[in-house]
Amino acid sequence: MRIAIVDESTMRASIIEEGLGQLENAEIFTLTQRHGLLAAIERIAPDVVVIDLGNPSRDVLEEYFAVSRALSRPIAMFVDESDDASIAASIDAGVSAYVVDGLASHRIKPLLDLCIKRFHAFARLQSDLADAQGKLAERDHIDRAKRILMRSRGITEPEAYAELRRKAMSSNKRIAEIAEAVVTAHDLLEGD
Amino acid sequence: MADAKLTIGFLPLVDACLPILAHEHGFAADEGVALTFVRDVSWATVLDRLLYGHTDGAHMIAPLAIATTLGLGRPAQPLAAPFVLGLNGNAITLSKPLAAQVATPGDYGDPAAVGAQLREAAAAARAQGRRLRFGVVHRFSSHNYKLRYWLSACGIRPDHDVEIVTIAPPFVPDALASGEIDGSCVGEPWSSVCVERDVGTIVLATAQIWRRGVEKVLAVREPVLAEKAEAFAALIRAMRRAGRHFIDPANFAENARILASAPYLDADPALVLRAISDRLVLAHDAAPVHLPDLMFQHSEAANFPWMSQAAWLFSQMVRWGHTAFDSADAARAMRVFRPDVYRAALINTGDDLPNASSKVEGSVTQLTQVGAQQGTLTLSANRFFDGLTFDPDQIEAYLAALP
Repeated sequence: MRIAIVDESTMRASIIEEGLGQLENAEIFTLTQRHGLLAAIERIAPDVVVIDLGNPSRDVLEEYFAVSRALSRPIAMFVDESDDASIAASIDAGVSAYVVDGLASHRIKPLLDLCIKRFHAFARLQSDLADAQGKLAERDHIDRAKRILMRSRGITEPEAYAELRRKAMSSNKRIAEIAEAVVTAHDLLEGD
Repeated sequence: MADAKLTIGFLPLVDACLPILAHEHGFAADEGVALTFVRDVSWATVLDRLLYGHTDGAHMIAPLAIATTLGLGRPAQPLAAPFVLGLNGNAITLSKPLAAQVATPGDYGDPAAVGAQLREAAAAARAQGRRLRFGVVHRFSSHNYKLRYWLSACGIRPDHDVEIVTIAPPFVPDALASGEIDGSCVGEPWSSVCVERDVGTIVLATAQIWRRGVEKVLAVREPVLAEKAEAFAALIRAMRRAGRHFIDPANFAENARILASAPYLDADPALVLRAISDRLVLAHDAAPVHLPDLMFQHSEAANFPWMSQAAWLFSQMVRWGHTAFDSADAARAMRVFRPDVYRAALINTGDDLPNASSKVEGSVTQLTQVGAQQGTLTLSANRFFDGLTFDPDQIEAYLAALP
């Protein structure tokens, strides 16, 4: 079975590719470039195409499939009603799939389930990443605020941190918020 | 009713304006329905979200609603279109060299005259071993059917003399710039983006091909429409109010700013303003040209879902081999448009409601008062540029007479 993964996010594409690698007898092709997409699909002649819902090339791809129906290997949109629940789950996860006519449904379901799992894994990874980035930004603000206080008041680093914490507790805010306010005020006053 | 909620899917195009403005100006809330929006980048995804319940209703190219109901390309799912979101609003934009060859850049051309010139340009290209290539947004789009209608009426055979390919609206400017396509039929603001980037010239508006041509509809799954009938009736009333607000020149700038904002089109408000004021700039640095019919979102019961409009779209699907003619399918296609739902929502509001649900399209050549169940309704010319008329009861004869 030849599977094409169409995804402009190279990170997500590789996560899906890794997941689908568990399937037996599957050959995986990853397409992350919009340019030349149809030519690549034509060359690969996939049995299954997996594409994310946010991909702007979906209408172009569906047009190609509509035209391909007249060819020897017609590709149908994967909306076999017998599997409606797993399709609904895939749409919820943010992925749609197209399969060649005649591919047995018992071969499609495990594939789709894997895709769904991988899409969810990617979404989790992204929110973890966003969290981590948020924490990094907070860390950075606290460090900068400490340095500002140390310089302007001639105090040590632990004293500067204690000062931030005291202010946070008295104003019922998080240390990161106080630090951000210090940094913003400093930037405004010092103009840097 | 007070806590009715509807989620609406849309593509970032100017003609998604009515549900957005119904929400932003509080008209929907006044009617007791709260709206939330889901923006996507392909019609395929707008449709998937509608079919799998992520959205209750969607801004949709009308022929796609019909194709989905008929099961073209996927298992059939009955959709209903109780409200036409607008008429026309699309433009035909050519690469700058081609536009200079076939039209007068900076002005709208005459469709027949531009077509005659284009026919020669297409023949010249073929003599050099290539075919002119046009981009449309979707096979099941009025853009596709109106472009094909115009080309063939001008003696240019689509798929033979010229190629027509699908291209997503945001990529039209790049495709014109790179020479991947020679022209496109696309909704605003994308033609204006081409002009602004100086990669294309607008030569015609679809309003010049069919002056009252149906464009997007509000598409709803039939069972959802039945289940949430009151919420959709409220939405229809709110969108009629939004339309009144939309066409008032006093509100153009404010509405352009709202539509262009990040959650909706995330576009340049100056370009959105051109479309909603019917004043597109057709060539880079040219003066704007006023074409009052460019977008037609409200007057003359523009939102009324005439079943004959659905029939015309079905006729074009048959014409271009997207489906075979079948009188039962024709009837099913016509029933996608739901004048009954539109009427039920607006009865006793004083809004204009026509007596008929179907008409001979293209037959009005001058201001004509038509029978109204409520209000007074005067229709202005709704011609096809070639003067043909379409009788929804005579689809086969109509098709036989077309070039």
